[in-house]
Amino acid sequence: MWNRDRWLEVFETLRKNKLRAVLSGFTIALGIFIFVTLYGFGNGLKNAFQEFFLDDATNTLWIYPAQTTKPYKGFKSRRNIEFKNDDLKDLETDFSLFLEGITPRISRGSQVSYLTESNSYTVRAVGPVHQAIEKSLVYAGRYINKIDVEQYSKHAVIGRLVAKDLFKTEDPLGKFVVINDIAFKVVGLFYDEGGDNEERMVYIPYTTQQRLLGGTDRVDQIVLTFRPEIGYQGALQLEANVKRFLKRKHHIDPNDPAGIYVRNVASDLKQNQDFASVLQYIVTFVGMGTLIAGIIGISNIMVYVVRERTKELGIRKAIGATPISIIGMILHESIFITSVAGYVGLLAGVGTLALIGDKLEDFFIYNPQIHIGTAIFATFLLIGFGAIAGYVPAKRAARIKPIIALRDE
Amino acid sequence: MIHLTDIYKSYNLNTNPLHVLKGINLSVAEGELVAIMGASGSGKSTMLNILGMLDESDSGTYTLDSTPIVKLNETKAAQYRNKFLGFVFQSFNLISYKTALENVSLPLYYQGLPRKERQKKAKEQLTKVGLGERTHHVPSELSGGEKQRVAIARALVTNPMVLLADEPTGALDTKTSYELMALLQEINDKGKTIVVITHESDIANMCKRIVYLRDGVIVEDKKIKQKKAKDYVE
Repeated sequence: MWNRDRWLEVFETLRKNKLRAVLSGFTIALGIFIFVTLYGFGNGLKNAFQEFFLDDATNTLWIYPAQTTKPYKGFKSRRNIEFKNDDLKDLETDFSLFLEGITPRISRGSQVSYLTESNSYTVRAVGPVHQAIEKSLVYAGRYINKIDVEQYSKHAVIGRLVAKDLFKTEDPLGKFVVINDIAFKVVGLFYDEGGDNEERMVYIPYTTQQRLLGGTDRVDQIVLTFRPEIGYQGALQLEANVKRFLKRKHHIDPNDPAGIYVRNVASDLKQNQDFASVLQYIVTFVGMGTLIAGIIGISNIMVYVVRERTKELGIRKAIGATPISIIGMILHESIFITSVAGYVGLLAGVGTLALIGDKLEDFFIYNPQIHIGTAIFATFLLIGFGAIAGYVPAKRAARIKPIIALRDE
Repeated sequence: MIHLTDIYKSYNLNTNPLHVLKGINLSVAEGELVAIMGASGSGKSTMLNILGMLDESDSGTYTLDSTPIVKLNETKAAQYRNKFLGFVFQSFNLISYKTALENVSLPLYYQGLPRKERQKKAKEQLTKVGLGERTHHVPSELSGGEKQRVAIARALVTNPMVLLADEPTGALDTKTSYELMALLQEINDKGKTIVVITHESDIANMCKRIVYLRDGVIVEDKKIKQKKAKDYVE
C-alpha cells in the first residue's frame, strides 16, 4: 500500500484514464454530498423546532378555565368556570414542593398613549414570576415586582417596540403612559426574542388591573413553573394532579374532558422534539439510501472497469503479474478514487451547508449542519464499501486465465 | 532447455472431449530457433500455451531448464513466466495507455526493480530493437512493425531463457515481417532460445528447425538450412 512504485503506477493509470476515474469518483462525491446536505437539513429542521421553544420557559403549565360539558353534583353542564385569586393561593400551598413560581395572567387590548402618540396594545396583567415564563429581558429599569402587586401600584413595564412607537428617542423610564385613561409610570423596558409581537406588550401588576376592572378577583389564566428536576414524567404527573385538584375545587366531573385545560410546555416540547427526531430518522434513512445508491454505483463501475481492463490484466499476468498484485492494484485504485472523491463530496456538502447558513430560515431550516464525525463516518463507510465493491471483480479478474483474456475478440 | 514428454491435452466441448494434443514429445536445446507449423486446429497454439505456462496439460511432463513445471498455482506460474519466459503475440498486446518505455519496463516492475533501473534497462532494450528514438510514444502512435519491436523488447527485458512468439508476423506485411524476422535471427544469433509459431512457410524457413504439427501429433521434425531474413530486406 505504501509502495511508491504502486502509487506511481496508480497515478499513471488514472491520469491516462481520466474519464473513467472522474466518472467513478463523481458517483462517490455525489453520494457523500447528498448525504451531507440532507443530513444537515435534517439538523436544521431540528434546530428550528428547538428555536421555537427557546422564546419561552419550557418547565411551565398553562392553565385555562373553560366551559364544562357534563353535569355534576347538581351543577348543570355548559357552566363557565372562572379562576380567582384564591386558586392561585391554593395551588401555591398544595403544590409548593414542585413549584418554582406561579402567576395569573389577565390580557386586555387597550389604548396606550404618551402625550400625543397613541396606539393600541395588549396589556398583560401579571405577577413577577411572569418574567421568567416569557423570558422577557429587562434592559432598563425593572420588571413588575412583589410590592407592585401588594400595593396595586400603577406601574408599567413596556416592550422595546412600544417604547419606540410612543417615545421615539425619548427615555421612557419614569414617564407616564395613559392606559385606558389611567396614568401608569413606566418602571422598566424589555425586549423579547419571541419576535415583534412580544415586544409590543405592556405589563402591569394583576392586582391593579383587577381593581380597575371593578374590584374583581378573577384571573383569565394561571401559569406556573415547576422545578425542572421533576423531569418529563414528573411534569405529566403534575399536570394530572393540578387538573384533578382544580376540578375538585370547582366541582367539575373528574371525567369531564373540558372544564379545565392545561397546556404542558414540556410535553409540547417533547412531542415536537419527537417529531423532529422522526424527521431526522427519515432524513437519515434517505441519506443512507443515497449512500447505498452510491455504493451500488461504484460497484457497477468497478465491474465495468475490470471488464474493460480484462485484456490489460491478461497482459499483465502474462508478463508476470501475480493474482495478489492484480487485486492490490485494482483495490488501490478504487480506494484512492473513493477517498479523494469522498473528501471532495464531503467538502462540497459542508461548504454548501455553510453557504446556505440562515438563508432558508423561512423554510424552517435553521443553521443546517452535520456533525463532522457523522460526515467522516459516512465517507469512510463509502470508502470501505468501495473497496469491497472493487474487491469482488478484482478477485474475479485475478482468476481469469491469461489465454482467455488475451484471446482476440 | 525445453523437454516435453507425452503431452496430452483435451477440451470439454458440450460433453464431447476434443483432443487437441495427443502425445507430444519435443526437446528444444539452448540457442535453437524453432518454428512450429501447422494448420489452424492442429494444436500449435495449445502447445505454445502449455510451453508458456498459460495453460496446463492433462498428462505428460514439462521441464524447463531442469525445472519441472507441474501443478503451478497462479502466483507461481506468474513468477515463472516473469523469470523464464518472454512472450510475443500476434496482436502485440501492448497496454494502450502506456508509452513504449513504460510497456517495456512493466515486467521489471513485477520483478520489483527500482524505477530508475527499470527505465534504464527498458531504454537499453528499446535501443537494441532499433526504437531508441521512439520510447515516449504510445502504441497508437507506432506502426505495426514498431509495436511488435516494442513487444519483443518487453519480452527480452527480463533476459528470459526462452522467447515464445505466437504468429509474430501474422499482423504485419511481408517487408515488415522480414525485418522482424531479421531482428529475431539477430537475437537468436546472440544465443537466445526462440520458439516461433507460424503457418507461413517463408517465415518458418528463416528458423533453424521446423516442427510440423497435424491433428495434435508431430508429423515431421527437421533441421533446415536457415535463410537469412536480411537477404530479403533491401
